[in-house]
Amino acid sequence: MVSLVTRSGIWLAVLFLAVIAIALAKDTPFAIHMGICALAALIGLVVSLRQADVDSLARGILKMPDQGRYDDDPIRWGVIATVFWGMAGFLAGLYIALELTWPQLNFGLEWINFGRLRPLHTSAVIFAFGGNALIATSYYVVQRTCRARLAFPGLARFVFWGYQLFIVLAATGYLLGVTQGKEYAEPEWYVDLWLTIVWVSYLAVFVGTILKRTEPHIYVANWFYLSFILTVAMLHLVNNTAIPVSFFGSHSISVFGGVQGALVQWWYGHNAVGFFLTAGFLAMIYYFVPKQAERPIYSYRLSIIHFWALIFLYIWAGPHHLHYTALPDWAQTLGMVFSVMLWMPSWGGMINGLMTLNGAWDKIRTDPIIRMFVMSLAFYGMSTFEGPMMSVKSVNSLSHYTDWTIGHVHSGALGWNGMVTFGTLYYLAPRLWNRERLYSLRLVNWHFWLATTGIVFYAASMWVAGITQGLMWREYGPDGYLVNSFAETVAALHPMYALRAFGGLLYLTGASIMAYNITRTIIGSPLRVEKPMTETPYDANRDVPLAGISAAHA
Amino acid sequence: MSLFSMSTHSTYDLLRHLADSWGLVAMGIVFLVLCLWPFRPGARVTNDEAATSIFKDENDGER
Repeated sequence: MVSLVTRSGIWLAVLFLAVIAIALAKDTPFAIHMGICALAALIGLVVSLRQADVDSLARGILKMPDQGRYDDDPIRWGVIATVFWGMAGFLAGLYIALELTWPQLNFGLEWINFGRLRPLHTSAVIFAFGGNALIATSYYVVQRTCRARLAFPGLARFVFWGYQLFIVLAATGYLLGVTQGKEYAEPEWYVDLWLTIVWVSYLAVFVGTILKRTEPHIYVANWFYLSFILTVAMLHLVNNTAIPVSFFGSHSISVFGGVQGALVQWWYGHNAVGFFLTAGFLAMIYYFVPKQAERPIYSYRLSIIHFWALIFLYIWAGPHHLHYTALPDWAQTLGMVFSVMLWMPSWGGMINGLMTLNGAWDKIRTDPIIRMFVMSLAFYGMSTFEGPMMSVKSVNSLSHYTDWTIGHVHSGALGWNGMVTFGTLYYLAPRLWNRERLYSLRLVNWHFWLATTGIVFYAASMWVAGITQGLMWREYGPDGYLVNSFAETVAALHPMYALRAFGGLLYLTGASIMAYNITRTIIGSPLRVEKPMTETPYDANRDVPLAGISAAHA
Repeated sequence: MSLFSMSTHSTYDLLRHLADSWGLVAMGIVFLVLCLWPFRPGARVTNDEAATSIFKDENDGER
């Protein structure tokens, strides 16, 4: 009873504070954001009052969670949220690709111009799609590998819903023009504070579950998840250290200025790649690939070396984003050297994942989920080779600021992060909703080929576009002047931009098929009638003893 | 003299020289020990147990 009153009281207080903040707001976007917070508090209030089991509260019966069962509700929500935000993020990506090809699609509207939609796209795919996948799978994996129910069930639910509020505030902020101007750290100070609260709660749930484990050993996937949670907390706090102009306004000033600010930003930015998009997703690889292949990881020792090498090396690689800038030369070289060193552990990890299939390579032909994991590992290997190569100063002088970087990022994001997430969603959906198997395996195959073809179109067109750009920008005539104007390089890229948008369309189509397939699995449709992925041929005529054959011939 | 009472320049200088001498050595040793730890004698059994622990009791909470 007390907890119900307390909880409702907190929601009501938050609602009042948000309304007061709307009234005192210094700018419209801040007022709109506080309106969203007020709405969230209202929903929280209504839900906690409606869900209260008043009868059992009155009789003093407390419902205790069954410790003999895993706590899977937040994971189910997370799977749905991942699919939903994935679709939103891919659609936004396709739209901005079309905007770059045909700028008329900006329609002269400030809310949907490229500059505002681009962070919406990047945040939707990285933090909304990827983040929800990471939170959901980490809840799943930590429970199964620790063989313990999730610690702090209320906090675990708060993390899920709080994270969705963060996504909504960030996304609406971009459309309204609220930004810190830091790539991948665009949300303003109050959204950052909210994310800090959510993230610390996430850490508490994760570590709490590890502490109550019944398995003696902490499986390596949990090491990767924990390093992801801890490092993202550290990066987020340092890079977003800012002083708000007003406590009722959406502007702040960063405490770091000039080249220090740039270094802190790219220390953050590259480790967001290293720990959000790499360590977290490697945790998924180290659990779901062995589970789907039904074989243990090829080398557990190699996975530990992979882990420590990533932890020790990644954190120094950020300065390669600042080659030939005001950053001291030694720092640039340091970033380059550590990036090149990262190649080895990355390939060690890729080989470890691929070799897990040793002795079961036929699964690539028969199991489309394994096929997705293998393609994901292949792209992990490819982009962790391309990345170190591009961080070498002489290569970077050609590739930096060109579309080659965009191509590199997308071969990593679409190929590595996307494919492993799709495979994991396909693994989780039938298990979480207690279905025999997915609605359709043939549709997974369709998704696989559409996504793969889409990535090929995307990466190949961006390689050509990037190198074209780089070469055109540096071309001098005999008189010592630059040959090409910037507008000429833009015109030269037009066909490549159209091809890139086509690749994005294929990728989005594949993801739509996944959304359909997973929806049909969740609602419990009868399995799709389809030809199986593999058949063992049987010939009744040949299935007879030798005497029978000779008799037939006689 | 404490670290914080020094001028910005000498703080930088101190940290910078620490970073490419003893700091580097210490980090290198910690790294090597952590990487070699699973190769210590007798660790093979522990590693195999850990690698196969995810298959123990195949029912992962599904009804």
